Amino acid sequence: MMHADLSRLPQSALDPASDPAWLIHQLGLVLYIGTGAIFVLVMALVLYGVLSPPRRVDARAWVIGGGIVFPVAVLTALFLYALHVGHALSVAPARAADIEVTGRMWWWDVRYNDAPSGAAVALANELYIPVGRPVEVALRTRDVIHSFWVPALAGKVDMIPGRTNRLVLHAREAGTFRGQCAEYCGMQHAWMALHVVAVPENEYRAWLERQAAPAREPDDARLRRGRDLLLRENCDTCHTIRGTRAAGTLGPDLTHVGSRSSLGAGRLDNSVATLAAWIAGSQSIKPGNLMPSYTAYSGEELRLVAAYLASLK
Amino acid sequence: MRFLALFVAVCAAGCSAPERNAAGDASAGRVAIERHQCGACHVIPDIVDARGDVGPPLADYGRRVYLAGKFPQDPALLERWIRDAPSLEPRTAMPRTDVTEREARDIAAYLRRLR
Repeated sequence: MMHADLSRLPQSALDPASDPAWLIHQLGLVLYIGTGAIFVLVMALVLYGVLSPPRRVDARAWVIGGGIVFPVAVLTALFLYALHVGHALSVAPARAADIEVTGRMWWWDVRYNDAPSGAAVALANELYIPVGRPVEVALRTRDVIHSFWVPALAGKVDMIPGRTNRLVLHAREAGTFRGQCAEYCGMQHAWMALHVVAVPENEYRAWLERQAAPAREPDDARLRRGRDLLLRENCDTCHTIRGTRAAGTLGPDLTHVGSRSSLGAGRLDNSVATLAAWIAGSQSIKPGNLMPSYTAYSGEELRLVAAYLASLK
Repeated sequence: MRFLALFVAVCAAGCSAPERNAAGDASAGRVAIERHQCGACHVIPDIVDARGDVGPPLADYGRRVYLAGKFPQDPALLERWIRDAPSLEPRTAMPRTDVTEREARDIAAYLRRLR
């Protein structure tokens, strides 16, 4: 799947694409319009008080009516409404989550539990969900507090050390939606993005099946050489490529890295060229991230490793 | 009616992308450089986020005598380098890109203007 321009993807709570996001948007609308109306009313009263000829008013009635009864009624109604929205958004953890997302500094570890094969499916910074069906997401963190926020699909939910929070994603329409860590989590917080791709059920199943498969042995000798070079520099200390001996867990699973839309959690679009850039220059591209810039490869070797990774679709 | 036809004719001659020609359009090149994220490897003036340290800085590329330190400057060669550097220098670290021919022409125009 090609994503031409990741930076222009929708990421707005004002453009809801799911029922929970719509509930939140509705609550927002009530607040914007309601507070706007009250502001206009108060300003009108102030102007009237200043401009109208002096006359006696019933001060006690205004204080009790406008200062006590009106705010109590409005705030009570809002409180009940917000409780109702909160209740509608909350998730009873009745069953196992479909997807587990773990916040890491500064990327998203994504695991699926409902692969028909039972095989582990792990990827990073990208979620596929089926359109028209709720999907439950378990949210955790391995380090500091992060917050999972895909504004078009749901409210933000914090990822707190030692806890598992839950969230339901229920896309009404197909599309790719950008999300962002919404809790400051360190130097590269701003580059901790993810993409949620909502596709029809059958496409979702096919995608999950592809992601569950191990990496195939490359047909091309150059790609095999790229794989061997990757193992030579011990990339497997941190990365897993299912189907090879690489089984590290510090960094993202790369089994199907070539199928993903971005690198470095939304930092770069994914291509052979940006893969090479990332391997050799990850510290200049995303300073402070856990991956060192790998400068031991010759130019040709770098291209072979990048080509191998790009071939992992 | 004749006035309208004249207007259309003048517009067709004068309004259609005057900057675009065989030499490439530097401002389109700038857009292409950002889209292909050349800045992941290169420092390039006036390009958002172009601070890469993997390849050489392109700050005054228009004054470089040699392309990649070995080929005399030639527009066609630069365009080929941008799209498929390994075909010119098998030991380069710069991968083939998915830059189109048109984009390569525009990017080359942008780079030549850097002095």
